[in-house]
Amino acid sequence: MTLEILNDPTLRTVALGGVVLGLGSGAVGAYVLLRQRSLLGDAVSHATLPGIALAFLLTRSKEPAVLLGGALLAGWLGSWLVEAITRTTRVKLDSALGLVLSVFFGLGIVLLTFLQRYPEAGQAGLNRFLFGQAASIRQQDVLVMALGASAILLTIGLLWKELKTIAFDPEFAESSGLPARALGLILDTLTVLAIVVGLHMVGVVLMSAMLVAPAAAARQWTDRLDRMVPLSAFFGILASVGGALFSALIPRLPTGPAIVLVMGTLVFLSLLAAPNRGLLWPGRARGRPGFPKAERESP
Amino acid sequence: MGGERKGGATAALEVRDLTVVYRERPVLWNVNLTLPSGVLLAIVGPNGAGKTTLLKAVLGLVRPLAGQILVLGEPVERKRHRIGYMPQRSSVDWDFPISVLDVVLMGTYGKLGWFRRPGRRERIQALEALEQVGLSHLKDRQIGKLSGGQQQRVFLARALVQEADLYLLDEPFQGVDALTEEVIVHLLQGLRAQGKTVAVVHHDLQTVPTYFDWVLLLNVHPIACGPVAEAFTEENLRATYSRHPVPSLAQTKVAPPSKD
Repeated sequence: MTLEILNDPTLRTVALGGVVLGLGSGAVGAYVLLRQRSLLGDAVSHATLPGIALAFLLTRSKEPAVLLGGALLAGWLGSWLVEAITRTTRVKLDSALGLVLSVFFGLGIVLLTFLQRYPEAGQAGLNRFLFGQAASIRQQDVLVMALGASAILLTIGLLWKELKTIAFDPEFAESSGLPARALGLILDTLTVLAIVVGLHMVGVVLMSAMLVAPAAAARQWTDRLDRMVPLSAFFGILASVGGALFSALIPRLPTGPAIVLVMGTLVFLSLLAAPNRGLLWPGRARGRPGFPKAERESP
Repeated sequence: MGGERKGGATAALEVRDLTVVYRERPVLWNVNLTLPSGVLLAIVGPNGAGKTTLLKAVLGLVRPLAGQILVLGEPVERKRHRIGYMPQRSSVDWDFPISVLDVVLMGTYGKLGWFRRPGRRERIQALEALEQVGLSHLKDRQIGKLSGGQQQRVFLARALVQEADLYLLDEPFQGVDALTEEVIVHLLQGLRAQGKTVAVVHHDLQTVPTYFDWVLLLNVHPIACGPVAEAFTEENLRATYSRHPVPSLAQTKVAPPSKD
């Protein structure tokens, strides 16, 4: 099996794409999970679909940089809209997320249907962005994905202590002079970037799972952020490469669902077997850790 | 009201005409106060009186509708690194994957600046602060595995390593054990002895005269602010809690009818 991957150039590209995808979404996912922004990831990933369709409609190009550029803009717009809606109206966060997700996704589907009329659209294979298609991935796709993933890792490395502080305690961060809003925006932008990196392989429908699931599994095994982030990236890589290869080898198996199923298995095992936090761990502390005990009543 | 007080010393904190509004409802209304250096101030008032909001406005975490805030005689934006802050314990997720020492180290980040990681000097500072709050043996523990009182002490240690001149603490005594309360009071009085200024949102009226030397009675606007002996009167308390019963003081000053 290993030899086969190394020898077959298509499978090698697929595996490489999986590594890049898992690395980016796994690392960012740790912050998404800890800042409790999982639903934002879901809204943003659905919001990228009209961006892809519009980018194709306007340029008639199927270059990965163009399509993913469109996805990036639309995803960023969706994330900004959620923030703007909750800030300026009385619509609550969950409703704003639901609105952005469904309206953008609906628009994306309408545009895709409309694009069916163009013969070259079918050739561009825009439908693969729905559920992901690893087999169609080419070296230039992987190159663009790798650029995005490098930007993510570089930012996390450079701003390590700043991002940790705003993820843990944004008000304290701001009180000590860190620009909490700008740093939050940077993290949201990294989230959009990670989603865009994974779109080709996982698709818009399931992409948010690749942000949440590796991080949730990693959190089970460690109590330290500097171990959780790499471990989350490792789980992401494991699931993406495994799922992508399955789907490349089994005809008609869409890649996104295959990756998410492998990832789901990793999460399930982590929830059960991880030391201390695992359900099967003997003498596990009862109740949720960190849940405040009965507070003294204030007068 | 001027920023200059006895001996021409600059006020540690001066708030002028501060008004904060949330959804058309005033949370703080026309607050004026001057706090000299080297006092330990209790901020008391009923729930919803704007105590936390006052701290957050001084820190620039909420945007006021109007008003001006001077710290050590200068606009707060320029003196932010001179302020230490301890938020309410309930403001963070204690299941966050971070150790006690790492949380305390965050107090050094403001002075470290961008991109730089904490080094030996910062670690020594953080360890000393943990020693002061009596938690050095738990430095590698994940923060969720501490008791509520220990968590408050971690937050206090983080504020201590900020090496500030003005400390703003939001309910440090909320839900703590007797030992923690003793440790915190001792440390706060030590800070005052070093000439630092400490403002504490406080709930237990009974301990105000023993723990603090200054008091601010607040109910959307300030009722009184001054040395405990002058400001902490029954009349002022009644005005502060006008629409609320005055719980602890009624028991201390007016002898309650025995229940059994």
